[in-house]
Amino acid sequence: MMATRNAIGLVAVVVGVALMVPLQGWAQSPVAGSAGEEPAGIQVPPPPFTEGIFPCSECHKDLPVNVQRRQLVDMHDDIVLNHGPKTRWCFDCHNPGDRDRLRLASGELIEFTQSYRLCGQCHGDKLRDWKVGVHGKRTGSWNGKKQYLLCAHCHNPHSPRFKALKPLPPPVRPGLIGGEKGGTR
Amino acid sequence: MERIRNFIRFIVDSAKHVASGNRYYYAWVGFLLAIMAGGAVAYASQINHGLIVTSMRDQVSWGFYIGNFTFLVGVAAAAIMLVIPAYVYEWEPIKEVTILGEILAIAALLMCFGFVTVDIGRPDRVWHITPLVGTFNFPSSLLAWDVVALNGYLLLNWIVVTYMLYCAYTGRHYRKGIVYPLVLLSIPMAVSIHTVTAYLFNGLAARPFWNVSILAPKFLASAFCSGPAILLVLLQILRKTTRLQVKDEAIFKVAELMAYTMGFNLFLTAAEAFKEFYSNTNEKVFTEYLYFGYQGHQTLVPFAWASLLCGVAAFILFVIPRTRKNWVTLNLGCLLIYSSVYIEKGMGLIIPGLTPDTLGDIYEYRPSLTEVGVAAGIFAAGFLAFTFMLKVAVPIMLGEFRGGRNPAREPTSPR
Amino acid sequence: MSGPEKHDPSRRAFLGAAAGAAVGVALTGCTPVSREEFFQRHLHELTDAERDVMVKRLEKQYEEKFGKKVTVATDPPLEGVTFAYALDLSRCIGCRKCVYACVEENNQSRDPQIHWIRVLQMDKEKGVDVLKADPYYDSEEVPTPGHFYMPVQCQQCADPPCVKVCPVKATWKEKDGIVVVDYNWCIGCRYCMAACPYGARHFNWGEPNLPADELNPVTHLLGNRPRPKGVVEKCTFCIQRTRKGLYPACVEICPTGSRKFGNLLDPSSEVRQILENKRVFIFKEDLNTQPRFFYFYGV
Repeated sequence: MMATRNAIGLVAVVVGVALMVPLQGWAQSPVAGSAGEEPAGIQVPPPPFTEGIFPCSECHKDLPVNVQRRQLVDMHDDIVLNHGPKTRWCFDCHNPGDRDRLRLASGELIEFTQSYRLCGQCHGDKLRDWKVGVHGKRTGSWNGKKQYLLCAHCHNPHSPRFKALKPLPPPVRPGLIGGEKGGTR
Repeated sequence: MERIRNFIRFIVDSAKHVASGNRYYYAWVGFLLAIMAGGAVAYASQINHGLIVTSMRDQVSWGFYIGNFTFLVGVAAAAIMLVIPAYVYEWEPIKEVTILGEILAIAALLMCFGFVTVDIGRPDRVWHITPLVGTFNFPSSLLAWDVVALNGYLLLNWIVVTYMLYCAYTGRHYRKGIVYPLVLLSIPMAVSIHTVTAYLFNGLAARPFWNVSILAPKFLASAFCSGPAILLVLLQILRKTTRLQVKDEAIFKVAELMAYTMGFNLFLTAAEAFKEFYSNTNEKVFTEYLYFGYQGHQTLVPFAWASLLCGVAAFILFVIPRTRKNWVTLNLGCLLIYSSVYIEKGMGLIIPGLTPDTLGDIYEYRPSLTEVGVAAGIFAAGFLAFTFMLKVAVPIMLGEFRGGRNPAREPTSPR
Repeated sequence: MSGPEKHDPSRRAFLGAAAGAAVGVALTGCTPVSREEFFQRHLHELTDAERDVMVKRLEKQYEEKFGKKVTVATDPPLEGVTFAYALDLSRCIGCRKCVYACVEENNQSRDPQIHWIRVLQMDKEKGVDVLKADPYYDSEEVPTPGHFYMPVQCQQCADPPCVKVCPVKATWKEKDGIVVVDYNWCIGCRYCMAACPYGARHFNWGEPNLPADELNPVTHLLGNRPRPKGVVEKCTFCIQRTRKGLYPACVEICPTGSRKFGNLLDPSSEVRQILENKRVFIFKEDLNTQPRFFYFYGV
């Protein structure tokens, strides 16, 4: 009896907190909440959600959960999934029960602001380097506070391979650097 | 007091001598002044727009000006080819004309200073390099050593020449105690100016073409084998146009010494070629660019081979006594060796040292019209200074130009 | 020959006039340099007060020239700092964003063009070999297959050959490791450019052309303040930013996070982490200039 009430109360608190966070904006200090083992002070900007897509539970709280591996047609059909082997699909990372969170292999649910922990499960060496600033990007001060960019800020988690860029113009060849009268040639 | 008045009279008399002459003299001086005027116009353009009017760019940041500077330092050093036989071996036939070598050294050094001044980006800041007044990075920077060595050598030659001419002008015999030590000092100093200039390039680890031990010996060898060529031609001209007596054997002896230095210079060239092409490291790319072209860039190739062939031809002409003692082949040899070393120390040294550049970029440098104009102006100024000094010195040597308080004393040429 | 020949006075007058005209023409080309500027002493010989007077003069000149308020900072090196730079060759894609971010941040001349960073496209099969490198690549996309990219800029060497050879001590190494140039003292002899093994030093061959609307008005005396014609310039690790704790512009703009910067003396800095854990090499290490710029392979 007591245990059930406590459990319901705990769930209510957790759900309440989860719903409050989007109201404050995401870009805040490390959520001390779920796990205690990430280094203190990993500041990140807001995760790069598509406009209006978050919170996911807005739609998904009323939709039935279908864990069948399939090609999506009604929604999210613009997502090209090209991450690893062909057997990979949405629920390898996303959490069917609570769409506003991601799910680690242990079953632990994490916020999108800590998505690096999910990536780090497979890409552990990148996570290790990222935490000390060797992989990826940190902005801010070299001798002070820094802000990290999430993995997802550079790598599209659904199709992580970088697209090629057009390079900026090459330098002018020395023979073409202008001369005045009586100049180069 | 008397001395000072005499000296001032010497200066004034010399100036009068310089300002008067026959029509060939005026034509020659006018011609040089015209070229200097053209050079001044070109230099004005350079001051106005900056060094961008040259063809030098970041990849080849030294060019025609520094090439000429390097060559002329060698010419200045070559005076010792007369000094050594004259004062160390006391060989009379050369002794009477040694002063001409020293005058040549002065003119060459004036041109050197001219080339360095037009090469720097901020000529208004030249005073920064003055010791005590500016900040002089001695002994770390080889350019600072060069300033000391070149100025010292210029001063030395200036003192010796002025003193000897002044003594002759006043009919006195110069004091051996003053002249001999200075002249003997000029031997290591001449070696030093060219060694320091060589070290300027040699010390740069960034430029493998220059960062070779052979550079300093090669500079000296090429200086000694080419500088005196001008003197040989000059002596022949003076013999014909003035009453100056120069023994044939003096000319031939200098030519013989040049032959040996030419041979040594060719040996050093061969040594360089062997190291580059046999060891076949990436560093050979500079020598390859010079003699064979690299990646289709071949601007220097004809010049490199011309220099080599002229050098070999000159060596043959000078080393065989028959051709050395024939006036036609001797003068031809002088022209050949002069051209050969001019190319070798100019475009054959500076450009390959900087091409390809430190990041492998290749920029083919060819001097612009403005650069050539400025350089011509400086050469003309040097020739003019040389002419003026000779206009004073030769009559003094001949005893035709006397003044001061003792006009009746030994009217012989300065010894 | 030297007889009593009457020299023609008109001829002498002509020659004198010609010489005077030549000198006059030469001098018309000179831009007027103020008295204080001409006699300006070496920075190290100025007292702090004299230096501040000079800075005020420079700020005024820049304001007149560009029509904007310009600040010229004189921040000294921070204590306990030795800057170091690390560049991940496995990640650079050769986009050249760093090149142009640097140009904007550091007020380089647009025409004649000066770039402090040069990106070399190299062959994966041939490795780091400058003779096979191409700085002028202009492909549709980068990275192109079979190539990797190596940006080169001033390596801020601990034993800089450029400092060794400057005849007037116009360039020197500061306490925090940045090799700087005193633009008011440099005579433009370009000996330092011949001495630099990395092609990192650049010369203002002509009057630098910097449009006023592209000027970055936050400058440092020894860094990105607009330079005059005829002096040498080079990367200063964005001295105007790094001495205030910011990252250099090239580090900030790099889209792949290939560029890392920090204090070598701080064990928690990313550059220390890289030196301790990654495969690092030094460009032209055999020349023993001891750069503070490290290339590494992060993957």
